[in-house]
Amino acid sequence: MSRLAKQLSLPPLPRALSPIRRYRALGFPYRAPSTPRGAAPAPKTIHSGADYDASWARKYPARLARAAIVDGPMRLAVTGLAAPDRRGQDRLASLQGPAIFAANHHSHLDTPLLLTSIPEPWRHQILVGAAADYFFGTRLTSALSSLVIGAIPIERSRVSRRSADQAADLVAQGWSLLLFPEGGRSPDGWGQPFRGGAAYLAQKSGKPVVPIHIEGTGRILRKGKSLPRPSAASVTFGRPLRPSQDENTVRFAARIEAEVSALADEASSDWYRARIRAHAGATPQLTGPSTGAWRRAWALGDRSRRARRRTRRWPNL
Amino acid sequence: MPSDPRRKAPRPGFVLDVDKSTPPILFHHGEQFRLEKLPADRSRVIYPAEPLPGLQDPDEAIREALLNPINEDPLPALLWAGMKLTIAFDDLSLPLPSMRRPDIRQRIIEQVLDMAAAAAVDDVHLIAALALHRRMTEAELRHALGDRIYDAFAPQQTLYNHDAEDPDGMVELGLTRHDEQVTMNRRAAESDLLIYVNLNIVSMDGGWKSTATGLSDYKGVRHHHNVATMQNSKSFMDRHSSELHHSNWRQGEVIKAHGPRIFQIETTINNNTFGYDGPLSVLQKREWEWSARDRATFIGMKNGLDVMPSAARRKIFQAWQAPYELTSVQAGEVESVHQQTLENVFTQHIVPVEGQTDVLTFGLPYICPYNVNSVMNPILVMCLGLGYFFNLYRGRPLVREGGVVIMSHPTPWEFHPVHHPSYIDFFEQVLGDTTDPIEIEKRYEEQFAYDEWYIHLYRNSYAYHGVHPFYMWYWGAHALQWLGRVIVVGGDPRSVRRLGFQPASTMQDALEMAGDVVGPDPSITHFHNPPILMADVT
Repeated sequence: MSRLAKQLSLPPLPRALSPIRRYRALGFPYRAPSTPRGAAPAPKTIHSGADYDASWARKYPARLARAAIVDGPMRLAVTGLAAPDRRGQDRLASLQGPAIFAANHHSHLDTPLLLTSIPEPWRHQILVGAAADYFFGTRLTSALSSLVIGAIPIERSRVSRRSADQAADLVAQGWSLLLFPEGGRSPDGWGQPFRGGAAYLAQKSGKPVVPIHIEGTGRILRKGKSLPRPSAASVTFGRPLRPSQDENTVRFAARIEAEVSALADEASSDWYRARIRAHAGATPQLTGPSTGAWRRAWALGDRSRRARRRTRRWPNL
Repeated sequence: MPSDPRRKAPRPGFVLDVDKSTPPILFHHGEQFRLEKLPADRSRVIYPAEPLPGLQDPDEAIREALLNPINEDPLPALLWAGMKLTIAFDDLSLPLPSMRRPDIRQRIIEQVLDMAAAAAVDDVHLIAALALHRRMTEAELRHALGDRIYDAFAPQQTLYNHDAEDPDGMVELGLTRHDEQVTMNRRAAESDLLIYVNLNIVSMDGGWKSTATGLSDYKGVRHHHNVATMQNSKSFMDRHSSELHHSNWRQGEVIKAHGPRIFQIETTINNNTFGYDGPLSVLQKREWEWSARDRATFIGMKNGLDVMPSAARRKIFQAWQAPYELTSVQAGEVESVHQQTLENVFTQHIVPVEGQTDVLTFGLPYICPYNVNSVMNPILVMCLGLGYFFNLYRGRPLVREGGVVIMSHPTPWEFHPVHHPSYIDFFEQVLGDTTDPIEIEKRYEEQFAYDEWYIHLYRNSYAYHGVHPFYMWYWGAHALQWLGRVIVVGGDPRSVRRLGFQPASTMQDALEMAGDVVGPDPSITHFHNPPILMADVT
């Protein structure tokens, strides 16, 4: 009898009416069966990590819920935090079918920013490659990542093609993929060398890679911070790239990185100057100068074209 | 801009003989619509061809055209570091209505600039070749060229509108063999290479008209934008029978001799004005093929529009962006390029028609080249009907000499005060006096053309040049000379009478009034446009 029932002087609940007891009284098939001693135990379903089965999140009810989240609270949050300037979506006008979207990575905000920026028809049929060791660490984070952003686990701590092959199967089924080929968020505001995952997937699936450059999200929620600070961000989409016949994964990955670097140059200057530098092989590297940490941080100050300015309440006399 | 896979085999345009089983025919009526039952056994309807399939990979087609031009070196071979490069492009009067992003001009100019960037060309100017049209706003330039180009060039003031009244900005290149002056934008004329990016929606556009008119001023334009030229252009949509084009071609000879080297890029688009799906797609279908859904859409749309205030209707229609697809792109030497462009335009537009008619009917839509994001005033109604629609023929006019044109349009007495200030005075003052184009030209043209206030508004506001309403009137001069009567159905009677036309409340009334001129039981032809068609009349 519970303490509350005692205080209220209520009579004890009859054993037969207690729902918990009634459930416990039920046997198989209402309860899980016990494993016979002579049989090998069934393999355990894995609820986290690289082997997490996120197929439920690709079914219609979950997709509907995700679309409501992305176009509702996620869009509101992104608009409030970043007021993003989205450019280059017209470069996707001739793109048909699924594609692999590859972006540089500064912040946890990058995924919501891109999910609300990638245009239709890709926006609501896209999966996000997410670090298995980070986003799929527990059962709860696995389920939330799968549902909210359509995450699929990508192994990044071991050399394995299993998750890449799984992703290629999904692309073949008509899903687009959003990947961050740097493999993690920027530690210092500059980019990191691109890994070959997106290039490998493009070659395996025959689908194009759309390079994307993100700028400004590092100021909002950089690695190591837990509270966001509103600032301006921009997203620049590039032309879809396809691997040429004589191009291996490494060279194609380098081309994707070069294209994102050119987009970064475009975002920090203007398109025509960026094209002149690109043709002259003088595009600034996404990874920044190879100097000491303070000089890298110093050089970073030049890259942003605009910072959010507070609206003046009074004229500046 | 991939083509819709359902439209692999578009049907050509054709002429329907109206019988008792023919359903009522759709007439555009400004920002509204009418369904009119045409008399059986003596009426016919000319339908446009269905949209041709667009190019599967427009960007690759553009690149191919730039690298393998007609009678000209590949574009990269014409570009070098330190050169002066000018890119001129058609203004907002093309296409109609505006197309969905990315606009063809953006696609082409981005590729041109990419090649210029590869050659490290620093001195690049982009000019909207608008002649005496109004200046394009920032939003309109961004729409035509895209944000990347706008942001790269506009802040440095190297992307701008042509100014035909800039005393230092124009240069005279010489006289033609007919003593016509040839003037050109100074920056374009003094460039090492002038690249012109054209968008051909009708066969009138392109060729030497692009540079000889688009980058010219009143002194140069007046030699072909006049009554005599327009009356001798039969029609101005048929370049080889058009005095307008002959004059422009003569000016082209002078440009070729004394002007900059020109690399012409011309494009054609298909007839996909209203889309294969969506609320307006019904306007692109033949009436007897309207499904239940099409009929429901049309009824809803028509009833909604009928009760809506005109400003709201205008806003809705002006917001429509056509899903046009690129059907061809050709680059190189001006005349060779234009010849190929014309063939491609005609492939989409030409409909063979046998014999002329006593009465020709038009349903005039909400837009013409001069009221993009603006008001279709009565002068533009006249220009669209008697200028553009009447002249969409090859061979001989669709209507016989002395015949009647019946146009359907509300023709409100309404003007956009910013875009069309001189139109207001032209309508009030000039048309109040006379509607004879020759008289108008003689007595009023120069007064308006040299008016300081109109010049100020043209240069600093967003106004059409003071002389522009005259050209609109001249555009219809051939029709005015040819026709026995012009009747406007459903128009504001005051405006219609001011234009010198006759108002009618219904199509039935209009046909009876036409009978007074052409006799009882006249033959009737309805020109089912838009989407655009051009009648090849034999």
